[in-house]
Amino acid sequence: MGPEMSAHVLASGDVPTLAEVLDTLLLRAGFNTGLVVVGTTLLGLAAGVVGVFVTLRKRALVTDALAHATLPGIAIAFLIAGGLGLAGRTLPLLLAGAAVSAILGVVCIGLILRHSRLREDAAIGIVLSVFFGAGVVALSWIQANAATGSAGLATFIYGQAATIRPSDLVVLAGLAIVAVLAAILFLKEFALVCFDESFARVLGWRVGAIDLAMTTLVVLVVVAGLQAVGVILVVSMLIVPAVAARFWTDRFGTMTIVAGMVGAVSGYLGSVLSALLPRQPAGAVIVLAAGAVLLASLLFAPSRGVLARAWRRLSLDLRIAGDHLLEVAHERGVGALPAAQIDRIAREHAWSVRVRRMLPLSLRRRGLAEGGGGGGLSITAAGRDRGARVARNHVLWAEYLVRHADVAPNHVDWSVDQVEHVLSEEIVRELEAALAERGGAPVESTS
Amino acid sequence: MLAVIEFDVGLDLFPMLAATLAAVVCGLLGNFLLLQRQALMGDAIGHSVLPGLVIAFLLAGTRSPLAMFVGAAVAGMATVLLVELVKRFGRVEPGAAMGVVFSVMFALGVLLIEQAAARQVDLDADCVLYGQLETLVWFGAPENLDGLLRWSTLTAVPRQVLVLASMLLAAGIFTILLFKELRLSAFDPGFATSQGFAARGLGLALMVLVAAATVASFEAVGSILVIAMLVCPAATARLLTDRLASQILVSVAVAVATGVVGYLAATAVPAFFGRDSVNAAGSMTLVAGGLVALAIVASPNHGVVTQVLRRRRLAARVATDDLLAALHRAAEQGLDRLACERLTKMLPKRSISGAVDRAIRSGLVERKRGVVRLTATGRIAAAAIVDRHRSWERYLVEEAGFAPDHVHDPAERLEHLSGTTPDR
Amino acid sequence: MSPILHRTPADLVNLGERPEHSPESPLSVHAMTVAYHRKPVLWDVDYDAPPNRLVAIVGPNGAGKSTLIKACLDLLPRASGQVEFWGEAYRRVRTRVGYVPQRESVDWDFPVSALDVVCMGRYRRLGWCRPVTRAHREAALRCLGQVGLREVADRQISRLSGGQQQRVFLARALAQEAELYLMDEPFAGVDAATERAIVEVLRRMKSDGRTVIAVHHDLQTVPEYFDDVILLNMRVVAAGPVGEVFTRENLQKTYGGRLTPLAEAAEAVARAAFEGR
Repeated sequence: MGPEMSAHVLASGDVPTLAEVLDTLLLRAGFNTGLVVVGTTLLGLAAGVVGVFVTLRKRALVTDALAHATLPGIAIAFLIAGGLGLAGRTLPLLLAGAAVSAILGVVCIGLILRHSRLREDAAIGIVLSVFFGAGVVALSWIQANAATGSAGLATFIYGQAATIRPSDLVVLAGLAIVAVLAAILFLKEFALVCFDESFARVLGWRVGAIDLAMTTLVVLVVVAGLQAVGVILVVSMLIVPAVAARFWTDRFGTMTIVAGMVGAVSGYLGSVLSALLPRQPAGAVIVLAAGAVLLASLLFAPSRGVLARAWRRLSLDLRIAGDHLLEVAHERGVGALPAAQIDRIAREHAWSVRVRRMLPLSLRRRGLAEGGGGGGLSITAAGRDRGARVARNHVLWAEYLVRHADVAPNHVDWSVDQVEHVLSEEIVRELEAALAERGGAPVESTS
Repeated sequence: MLAVIEFDVGLDLFPMLAATLAAVVCGLLGNFLLLQRQALMGDAIGHSVLPGLVIAFLLAGTRSPLAMFVGAAVAGMATVLLVELVKRFGRVEPGAAMGVVFSVMFALGVLLIEQAAARQVDLDADCVLYGQLETLVWFGAPENLDGLLRWSTLTAVPRQVLVLASMLLAAGIFTILLFKELRLSAFDPGFATSQGFAARGLGLALMVLVAAATVASFEAVGSILVIAMLVCPAATARLLTDRLASQILVSVAVAVATGVVGYLAATAVPAFFGRDSVNAAGSMTLVAGGLVALAIVASPNHGVVTQVLRRRRLAARVATDDLLAALHRAAEQGLDRLACERLTKMLPKRSISGAVDRAIRSGLVERKRGVVRLTATGRIAAAAIVDRHRSWERYLVEEAGFAPDHVHDPAERLEHLSGTTPDR
Repeated sequence: MSPILHRTPADLVNLGERPEHSPESPLSVHAMTVAYHRKPVLWDVDYDAPPNRLVAIVGPNGAGKSTLIKACLDLLPRASGQVEFWGEAYRRVRTRVGYVPQRESVDWDFPVSALDVVCMGRYRRLGWCRPVTRAHREAALRCLGQVGLREVADRQISRLSGGQQQRVFLARALAQEAELYLMDEPFAGVDAATERAIVEVLRRMKSDGRTVIAVHHDLQTVPEYFDDVILLNMRVVAAGPVGEVFTRENLQKTYGGRLTPLAEAAEAVARAAFEGR
């Protein structure tokens, strides 16, 4: 790859000034740069939306193979164009070639699966590598034999956003509109086919046709993305936003919106960054921008994120530990626990050091205990109530397990320790009712 | 065609050796990936070690195999960790998690290469894909075979070839020593672990070897060939044999053939058309793919051709059986011959004339003026067929509880296909 | 598929007369054979479902219980035979037939809520490209209420217990407002309380005049839960009211080894079709 990877605002490798940054962000940095930014943003939007279907239909790796399989099509279309006497780099023809060989690749995967005993992973691997290899051979054939106008052909491998032209922008905008419209119109159809194919069949839907529609959208996005992002990385424009969006929502529709936004934002940021900084290939930067969103989602998403989960885990541990402590105090009928005793309980129940250290603070904050002397705790009235309730739950649950769940009595204590603390009020009421209703009579086994 | 094969020791020996060694190493390890349904692991590793390699190169300033391997190992571990996190927390399918992580890692690698290329001349994104076989040219190579068989030849072997050769040695020893453990853990990981052969440990060792093979191959042949070789030779061998040991041997042979033929074809085929040579790594990939396709179509046991032939043979046998049975039943009703037109009413039209011809050829029936009758041998054979059919019918009615008017079709299938009578 | 299983050979001895199926019967299966990977799993099944009954399909593992349901719904190709619902082809009466698949058949991490899943039962009524309207959502909520899951309507489906997931599928079937329901193991992996709740729903469905045919694993509860039973082992061993058919002798036939030659023959068929000999 040469240094002419992207449409640079700057002539050299200087750090951009604030004005230059603003200009680029606001699409004022010249016609070409603005074009690239708008184009990749639209592309990102379309790819993000379509990627949701790809990911939820579990076609991520098939799509990777599909994208790799476009390369020979581009090269062969170029050769055909040369043979027909057209200018080598007529984009529509190249992209048509790409689409044809992408579809051929998918068909080959199907053929391998149907006619041999190879599994899907092998079929994908074979198609991906062999088609790409064929593309490489064809490209080197073209280059070695110095066909005219072949210089830019290899940019399809890593992409070159700067080559986006006004006419391409129309195509990209049209594609984004088609993708978004299709997503809105067929949201419920796509969602059901992804979720429960056989039920869709029972409803009388032509699952094959819906699949074909989804695949067509994928091929369109891949082919449109080749120019900017390249054969190898275009698949990540599809799947990274979808996976990132999955962290933020549990709803299909919302996921589609979020993925589209993530895609658009990363397309925008990626092309802006690559315009501002030297030697930043736009395709890689766009993918990395999406990757950064993914990483942020992985870490910070409110309910799925690593941090949120760690926090929930810790607070659950703290609640369980606190309940233990209050229960012990209740059983022994004491109003205060000295530090040494808390340490002993901590050892018995194998609390982590962090839980032991944070427990007094957590109990104080919940108003269940107050600081006693020497690191000990004195239990408040609320704490005593809670201790009593925990102890009652404990008995209730143990009773239930022994009588109704065929659990050997000597295992009861262990499982109670695990389960009792996560019981909701609702379940506790249910348990009480169940026990009262059956009057403790054993229930015949239903197995 | 052979006339255009040119082999110049200086130009071609080491590149071809490197390419073939890389093909064999990857082909060997690919067998186990294929069995564990992780054929795409090569793809994942091939993409995701790139940033590690570039960073190691920038830090160490050399292409020493050790630095490269450490960089790749770090990147590989980061990938495994990230895939696990995305899978666990993101609740997406393993494929998507893998695809997401390795493509982002690859993007990072591409970006780093572009940055590094500003300072270092001998690093660019294309050689990641195609490798740099041309750097293995042996200047001052001897002209003839005698010159080659000298001690000094060894000192001329390039580093890449030596690294690949030792990698092959390591992979070979690994395969031979741990053959039975690898087979068990690929077949039934739970049982392997319960028997004390930690399947996870073996899997990890395999991944480390694959990563090492990837790194060793990268510089010479590039990632395309690595990915192709981790899948294609093993897949070809899998279609040709049913035993793991022979599968491994076949895959090695396929890999050697792929390396040699692919390398030579890269020059010879274009030369045949009077053109310059094409990319050797790509050409090897094509050969590998061609061999897979060939195996799918023409494998003696599992190939498409064999299956079609078998199906046709079976259909022919059934048609002949039907013909004999029809004649036998007619004979039982006092007709010792049947007109061909009657037969076409009783049997599927498409199969009938072929069945009659075949039966005549085997001496089971004879035909005179459009009328067909059983010969003496034909009568015995037909009686056996009808007998078998009736005993299946009896079994279906008496034992399986079929309604008497429903047994004909199932009995027909059973009698033809199981080839036995039900023993009670 | 082997040519053998496609073939409907002209009759050499006697072609069984096709019995008349009454149009009242919600489901009539005639001479149905189904093969998986060329291995026959159902042989020549004949069955007429009585209207407005709860019917259990019972049989050992590999007897083809799920296959029977899937083949009736055109989810699996039939090698031969006909299936009719109320005397008509399935595709003409789709809206009148509901389906509850096995719980394992879908990915429970999928980003939809319990209510979304139940709304899927309304899609046939909605038609293509139309979004789910409030009226349909309310209908779906009522169905969730019938299985006692109104409170968890907005919960993502992976955060439901196994029993709740099964009930969500049941609610989706209710939302289809069908007259005949085919259910694949609705009791699999649910706790005793859920099982009772599901039975309650089934009884209510029956009192509304519907018919339910369900694959069932637990022989002990068959007489308690169901009116009719189909004893299946590659073929219908016996079918009819529980009181008449659910006998020790019939069960022994179904679960005992007397059909082993048939199973072995099926293996042989699969092998023969593969190898051709």
